[in-house]
Amino acid sequence: MKTIPQSNQAPETGTFFTRDRNWHPPAFAPGYKSTVFRAPQKPLIAFPNTLSETTGPAFGHDMLGLLDHDLIHNFARAGESAIGERIIVHGKVLDERGKPVPNALVEIWQANAGGRYRHKKEGYIAPLDPNFGGCGRVITDADGHYAFRTIRPGPYPWPNGPNDWRPAHIHLSIFGTGFVQRLITQLYFEGDPLIPRCPILNTIADEKAVAQLVAHLDMDNSEPMDSLAYRFDIVLRGRRSTPFENRMEGN
Amino acid sequence: MLKETPSQTAGPYVHIGLTPNFAEITGIFPEDAGKTLVNDKTPGERIVIEGRIIDGQGGVIKDAVVEIWQADHLGLYNSPYEPRGHADSNFTGWGRCATDMQTGEYRFETIKPGRVPFADGRIQAPHANLWIVARGINIGLQTRLYFSDEAEANAEDPVLSRIEHRARADTLIARRAGDAYTFDIYLQGENETVFFDI
Ligand SMILES: [Fe+3]
Repeated sequence: MKTIPQSNQAPETGTFFTRDRNWHPPAFAPGYKSTVFRAPQKPLIAFPNTLSETTGPAFGHDMLGLLDHDLIHNFARAGESAIGERIIVHGKVLDERGKPVPNALVEIWQANAGGRYRHKKEGYIAPLDPNFGGCGRVITDADGHYAFRTIRPGPYPWPNGPNDWRPAHIHLSIFGTGFVQRLITQLYFEGDPLIPRCPILNTIADEKAVAQLVAHLDMDNSEPMDSLAYRFDIVLRGRRSTPFENRMEGN
Repeated sequence: MLKETPSQTAGPYVHIGLTPNFAEITGIFPEDAGKTLVNDKTPGERIVIEGRIIDGQGGVIKDAVVEIWQADHLGLYNSPYEPRGHADSNFTGWGRCATDMQTGEYRFETIKPGRVPFADGRIQAPHANLWIVARGINIGLQTRLYFSDEAEANAEDPVLSRIEHRARADTLIARRAGDAYTFDIYLQGENETVFFDI
């Protein structure tokens, strides 16, 4: 095995700020029963970021199809569209220092307007919408901005407590520039009365952290006679600056 | 400073978003992202990495998604943030695999990675970085896979040597049989895999 020679001055991109694990939901959270046998019980082990952590895959805009961002149409038959409240979900991907993250792949998935997922293991009685697949993806532009068109998903019941319902939500998966920025989260809708009752959201200790997962109605970006808009900014871990930062970004 | 967006579980239907073709939602994306890491021209030793994820009751998890991120055969990452040069363009370095809905198995066809320096300049043993999400996992689990036939490099690896209990470090060693390495991931119990806060 050949190794790459490394000089003392080898340029290294900045390492990431430590993750504030008290801000995130804990692994073990018995109110959400599925965590009980899936949460690691031994302490996590820390070590300083290496290139294995500060690098990550990059995605080109050329991977995207014309309708990848449009869940209303990307599974629909020609001339038809998904049923439900038409919405635009948009926002910026930023890092903890407030810097936009361009070229970030954002993938989303969700239930249809009735709260039903298109998935083999899904058993809810609400019907499938033949014109709704439930997934989409975009890549942020130079300003870190992203936008999807979709329908507002319905709430749905799930087996946890005797009568637990998920608030309407959209699942999001986000890539930053380093593999340890990898994040999956869920977006909720402003004003949904199921939010404070949700056992999954209630695994988060800090109510300000919960508030960060709520998308806000954005009338200024709505399209009259077409779609309401919701704004949802996403914050990924930030990098420490290094003397080589500019050079790295120029790549 | 802004706060990082809190993580939420990927839920039981993660496949719809990450591997829609696997979930039989076809016609939206031509192929699931991360399906292949290599092509016919990828240099390096061809290997298979496969395994299962086991919960605290000994059950095999059938609704997870695993992502892999690794260096090419020379130890370079295919990333704009790789400062040491350009990784081989026939190797993506990143893969994604849903665990099989019947057997719970995940599988990556890849190459043996080269060695990558640690923060202090020491050289790490060859390894792959894994990230695991599923229903019941509130925040993606980060771990590493090392190779059983790299005993000498493993013995001097700065990350493995940080793990105080020798038996725990062994949870990160994938076992070789032929061209395949088996790496089973235990979420709990006596053999709980080492997960990282990195
Ligand atoms: Fe959901």
